[in-house]
Amino acid sequence: MTYLHNIGAYFIMIKDIFRRPTKWSVMKPLIFKDIDDLIIGSLGIVAFISFFVGGVVAIQTSLNMTSPIMPKNLVGFATRQSIILEFAPTFISIIMAGKVGSFITSSIGTMRVTEQIDALEVMGINAINYLVFPKFIALTLYPFVISIAMFLGVVGGLMASIYGGYGTMEDYLEGVRLDFIPFHLIYAFIKTFVFAFLLATIPSFYGYFMKGGALEVGKASTTAFVWTSVVIILVNFLLTSILLG
Amino acid sequence: MIEVKDLEKSFGDAHILKGITTTFEKGQSNLIIGQSGSGKTVFLKCLLGLFDYEKGSIAYEGKNFSKLSRNEKIDLRSEMGMVFQGSALFDSMTIAENVMFPLRMFTKQSKSEMEDRANEVLKRVNLDGAHQKMPSEASGGMQKRVAIARAIVNRPKYLFCDEPNSGLDPKTAIVIDNLIQEITEEFNITTVVNTHDMNSVMEIGKKIIFLKDGILEWEGSNETIFKTENEAVTNFVYSSELFRKVRKMYIEEDNQ
Repeated sequence: MTYLHNIGAYFIMIKDIFRRPTKWSVMKPLIFKDIDDLIIGSLGIVAFISFFVGGVVAIQTSLNMTSPIMPKNLVGFATRQSIILEFAPTFISIIMAGKVGSFITSSIGTMRVTEQIDALEVMGINAINYLVFPKFIALTLYPFVISIAMFLGVVGGLMASIYGGYGTMEDYLEGVRLDFIPFHLIYAFIKTFVFAFLLATIPSFYGYFMKGGALEVGKASTTAFVWTSVVIILVNFLLTSILLG
Repeated sequence: MIEVKDLEKSFGDAHILKGITTTFEKGQSNLIIGQSGSGKTVFLKCLLGLFDYEKGSIAYEGKNFSKLSRNEKIDLRSEMGMVFQGSALFDSMTIAENVMFPLRMFTKQSKSEMEDRANEVLKRVNLDGAHQKMPSEASGGMQKRVAIARAIVNRPKYLFCDEPNSGLDPKTAIVIDNLIQEITEEFNITTVVNTHDMNSVMEIGKKIIFLKDGILEWEGSNETIFKTENEAVTNFVYSSELFRKVRKMYIEEDNQ
């Protein structure tokens, strides 16, 4: 029953995000602040992880290519496919569920605990629109983060391949260009947009509806991370089945 | 004026408010007192519309809150100011931004007009010069005064205060009490204060209601509370030796 109640409350919250909008002059600085906190603030960690994971994918692929009949350009091909199809859109989103998701839950949860949300409601403000809408708009820039993750992942693979002595630049780049299907990029960005929506709304839901004190803020952040990750994995499976199946 | 009739509120099986009927008049401080768990905060949140209630009605100047349309409720809420127990200042904003927030949300004033109004109310609560401080840099008393400034900046008709003196030293508590009383009389607003503080009861309680286990046990003023024979009230208000002595002196003085 609790799960059903939460699912219902989540969809009612989604509706409320777009109801009774806050004045644009108030909303604009909130959006810029959230772009800074959620997007710009995540670039460093996303770049770091993408570059090195790209490198690891290239090394692992090379080390597992034991048959001499396998072409050398397979390293570039496998790295590109892994990064574009799954690593950048899905696994970066799981990492973002931890970084951005727990930030959203704890910041909104702290406002709940300290009665700041009650203060907004007493003033007649739609607190859900005021708090969640700027995060939703900020995360529409999330595909930009994923584009950087894709690029750096492929570059990381290239660097590991060359400097680790696993192949030449020509072989790697040939593999990157091999059998490129543009729809795979569209598929990746469709997933990214859906995940961005989940990253903005599920942690906001757990922060907004939390009850209790400081300890519960921490618990709500953990729960939000778990559920955001679970939903991302399930939606990833569904979208992959629909779009590529 | 706020009229409350037969108000009932439950959480699951717990019956919190049991048929409360009272009136809060304009231009005076109306105090809600009672032990912890007596239903004071729930009552205040029902008045503010933060909690729905099962039975009864709350009318603001004759308008039944629960029967208002969504837009009418929003309009009415913009006429309310609230001072929360923990001040509830927005910690990402400076003191001046906190005070200007209701103006930014609900008026079309220019930035300079909003700054002038914020300066005016901050001066009124004796916080001239603290504009650029963050709430975390302000003391508990200062935070309460900022919360009062934010609550009155939009010239509300109704001011609600939840335990405005909690966590404050006695001297600062008296400053806050006096400020609430002065603002209530100056702007002729309906003020409802939820308190445990007996000094507040004696100082500003022009009307006092006493809640016990969700029932309105007694109502009167800071004059009549000295004379009441209601055992629940006397046990609560005169639980300290100091207030028992004050009461005795008051009754002796009155008899002479």
